[in-house]
Amino acid sequence: MMLDGTEDEEKFLAAGIAGLQQNSFYMHRALDSNNLRDALKYSAQMLSELRTSKLSPHKYYELYMRAFDQLRKLEMFFEEETRRGCSIIDLYELVQHAGNILPRLYLLCTVGSVYIKSKEAPAKDVLKDLVEMCRGIQNPVRGLFLRSYLSQVSKDKLPDIGSEYEGDADTVSDAVEFVLQNFTEMNKLWVRMQHQGPSREKEKREKERSELRDLVGKNLHVLSQIEGVDLDMYKDVVLPRVLEQVVNCKDELAQFYLMDCIIQVFPDEYHLQTLDVLLGAYPQLQPSVDIKTVLSQLMERLSNYAASSAEVLPEFLQVEAFSKLSNAIGKPDMATAGVVTLYSSLLTFTLHVHPDRLDYADQVLGACVKNLSGKGKIEDKKATKQIVALLSAPLEKYNDIMTALKLSNYPHVMEFLDIPTNKVMATVIIQSIMKNATRISTSDKVEALFELIKGLIKDSDATPNDELDEDDFKEEQNSVARLIQMLYNEDPEEMFKIIETVRKHILTGGPKRLPFTVPPLMFSSLKLVRQLQGQGQEENPFGDDSATSPKKIFQLLNQTIETLSGVLAPELALQLCLQCAEAANDCELEPVAYEFFTQAYILYEEEISDSRAQVTAIHLIIGTLQRMHVFGVENRDTLTHKATGYSAKLLKKPDQCRAVYACSHLFWVDDHDNMKDGERVLLCLKRALRIANAAQQMANAARGSTGSVMLFIEILNKYLYFFEKGNPQVTVAAIQGLIELIMNEMQSDTATPDPSADAFLATTMRYIQFQKQKGGTVGEKYEPIKV
Amino acid sequence: MNLIVGAFKPPCKISISLADGRTRKQVRVKENDQTVLVPLFQSQETIIGEVIIEPARGKKVEHNGVKIELLGQIELYFERGNFYDFTSLVRELDVPGNLYERKTYPFEFSAVEMPHESYNGINVRLRYVLKVTISRNYVNNIVEHVDFAVRNYVPAPLINNSIKMEVGIEDCLHIEFEYSKSKYHLKDVVIGKIYFVLVRIKLKNMELEIRRRESTGSGTNMYVETETLAKFELMDGVPIRGESIPIRLFLNPYELTPTYHNINNKFSVKYFLNLVFVDEEDRRYFKQQEITVYRLLENS
Repeated sequence: MMLDGTEDEEKFLAAGIAGLQQNSFYMHRALDSNNLRDALKYSAQMLSELRTSKLSPHKYYELYMRAFDQLRKLEMFFEEETRRGCSIIDLYELVQHAGNILPRLYLLCTVGSVYIKSKEAPAKDVLKDLVEMCRGIQNPVRGLFLRSYLSQVSKDKLPDIGSEYEGDADTVSDAVEFVLQNFTEMNKLWVRMQHQGPSREKEKREKERSELRDLVGKNLHVLSQIEGVDLDMYKDVVLPRVLEQVVNCKDELAQFYLMDCIIQVFPDEYHLQTLDVLLGAYPQLQPSVDIKTVLSQLMERLSNYAASSAEVLPEFLQVEAFSKLSNAIGKPDMATAGVVTLYSSLLTFTLHVHPDRLDYADQVLGACVKNLSGKGKIEDKKATKQIVALLSAPLEKYNDIMTALKLSNYPHVMEFLDIPTNKVMATVIIQSIMKNATRISTSDKVEALFELIKGLIKDSDATPNDELDEDDFKEEQNSVARLIQMLYNEDPEEMFKIIETVRKHILTGGPKRLPFTVPPLMFSSLKLVRQLQGQGQEENPFGDDSATSPKKIFQLLNQTIETLSGVLAPELALQLCLQCAEAANDCELEPVAYEFFTQAYILYEEEISDSRAQVTAIHLIIGTLQRMHVFGVENRDTLTHKATGYSAKLLKKPDQCRAVYACSHLFWVDDHDNMKDGERVLLCLKRALRIANAAQQMANAARGSTGSVMLFIEILNKYLYFFEKGNPQVTVAAIQGLIELIMNEMQSDTATPDPSADAFLATTMRYIQFQKQKGGTVGEKYEPIKV
Repeated sequence: MNLIVGAFKPPCKISISLADGRTRKQVRVKENDQTVLVPLFQSQETIIGEVIIEPARGKKVEHNGVKIELLGQIELYFERGNFYDFTSLVRELDVPGNLYERKTYPFEFSAVEMPHESYNGINVRLRYVLKVTISRNYVNNIVEHVDFAVRNYVPAPLINNSIKMEVGIEDCLHIEFEYSKSKYHLKDVVIGKIYFVLVRIKLKNMELEIRRRESTGSGTNMYVETETLAKFELMDGVPIRGESIPIRLFLNPYELTPTYHNINNKFSVKYFLNLVFVDEEDRRYFKQQEITVYRLLENS
């Protein structure tokens, strides 16, 4: 029957409802007056409304539900009727006199329900008769609803174990048989819907069919509710029969839905024990069936089952669930997303069930790689998402990247990701390490790890760099830097290997990354150096070349720094050089330290041209150099000389001044008596004074006012420092002179008032005063200074 | 009018009653569009009763004798007024004389052979009557009659084969059907199934009909009437190959009679099961099978 539109359908529905209500009114009147004949007549007429072909399943359902309500009342009436002495057997015959089959069968089911309740005949016989008779309805929609009614009225009357309708022997199988048969017939009807009617309405029919699917699926649910269906029965009867039907119906929609249904309604334990059978059915399904969803559902269920309690795990082992599943999913030829979904589910399953069998997990990944190979980077969003899920699973499960590192196929899988996702994944891995404070302590693992996160470590061949967000990039690289810090092994040999490995990888990172990655590596290495030093060289008495020595590390570092200077990060390189130099100093390796200093100077000279950077650099150099004690006189002279030279050549006078007075410290190292050269200290200070003076004059000339006396006060402080340290060249007179100079400057007309300078001076003065009052040797020393 | 009626009022009242009239089973019989209850007999039964003749007050009935007849008659409607008596038994109740007062005559027909059943069809009626006749000279006889029904029960047949058939329209529809029996008693159930071997036409539904064929007369005067007594829907929707549809039809609700074969060379009543397929264009395909209906002798 063709429909003209929903509007007409509404009309038909309204008419149907009206007819139904009218007849149910008469039926009720007959019920009230206990008139069986009329009750039957009007109920049959009422049910005739269900014979319509004009409604879509959705609307038909509405009508059905109304009829259903009425039938409940009729059933109650029949029950009363039998109590009044009407033979149920007669009643059962009587309703079969109805001429139209559909009302007849609805009535038959209704009376049948009462019949079973009366227990005048074994439930199984009545059920069998009902399910047989229902064959008369071959119209899919009407048949489905009728059988669904049958299932509804019978579900509490099955001769189940423990049910009051349980018969003498083996009645569970009767109950099962009944439900199975009803299921089979319903499924046949449901499938047949597809083939009826014009093909241009195919889509609409598909939609209608999926609206009806729960009617079919409900049977499986009923089956699962039968107490008597134990594992054996499920295995021997229920599952084979259901699967037979599913496979034979050769219908995509039905197969997909029913497989899913089977998985959802029956207990996990059953699935586990019948895995062979269940999996064996998949290849027999129609090729268009979305097996992956169903399979992954299954695996998900099993995973959860495994996770639910450790006691069930032996079962999994016993049935070799893993190998079965992995065999099953290897076969189907599917779209990428599907493949990955399956593997992802299988992996989750494996991780839950065999947490101790990493090789399984690796196999899964390997199989996945094999399946994906030749497909290139995966563009499909869904598939990408699934791969991420696949890769995240082991991390989540073990909270430990170490495990993932053992999976040799893990990086291969990552390779299938597109670049941004790859990076995201790498970040996830790093975060996992951070979160769990995982220590990665062998070079092999480091190697593997870097293989994993290489998306972050280096530019891939085709990265569109310009698209990168600067912040994101920094964030990524910072996390890599943090990661490098996490790599640690107490054994220096191994640690050295780790460092070498890391170095190898990060050097491939290109100019943008090195500034982020080199420093942590350096510091890691320096830490190792210190550690070695702490242990003393005795541990390595043979001086074996292959053994890790600070020297070797420094060589390595030297090379590393060189690469940095080549990539426009001279300041960083300089800082690192100085760090290394200092470390070398601690190791008493003069040549090495010298070499680093040389490099630092070269960098300073050749690469650092920005005046501000120069100031910073020179102060760093001075600071570092001051602490170096390893150098011989000659080397030290060279270096300090150079440093002083650089200081004096700074661009701005104040900078010059400050650098120069800082240099004074190079000649006065407290703990080393051989490095106390009062004269040169004084020279530096005087030079600083000269420069300060010059700065003052320049300011005067340029702006008409003398600049701040700040520099003088600072120099005064240096004087005081050395004076206190006992530098003989720094005399009371010199200090006195300087104080006066400052006072004069401050009182001169052209002086610019500078509150901070005033405060500084005041504090300085107070210090002198304080030292005087302290008494003792210090007090004596200060005594001559007049303020 | 009353006067005239009064003038022709029979001079006496005749009533016929059966000895076991109160206990005997009665059945409904249709007569001239109304149903009446009549006593039921079967062949070889003895019919005992009495006839009471009560002359009208103060009147004398002069007669040439009183008799009671048991008649089995076949009446063909197209030969109006013609009765064929196939059974005729007479008992003389009184010798010629005069009746002055109420008089009771017992009668008895023992072990009467009544081979045919009462039947009320479209073109034919078979009936049994008890007829009392008071013969008179010069004036019309006074006649009174009472109908009674006869039903003959037979034991279940020893041989009752099922009906199995394969029918079809080439390349369109091919079915096998089976009725479990070929002979049914009146309260029997037709059980069977239809198996679809090939379905290429779009069937809408399928019905099982019970048809009665009454043929009367013979030769050129043969009249055949076919009635459909039952239409019973067996299937709703389009079956596919391999489907098997159950049949269960209770005969009880339908007013069937046994099958009658050539009763007294006057008429026959036959029954058929007619399997009808209706396709979506409302074309009907059918296959008719004769069945034998009998009246089962219960507890035998």
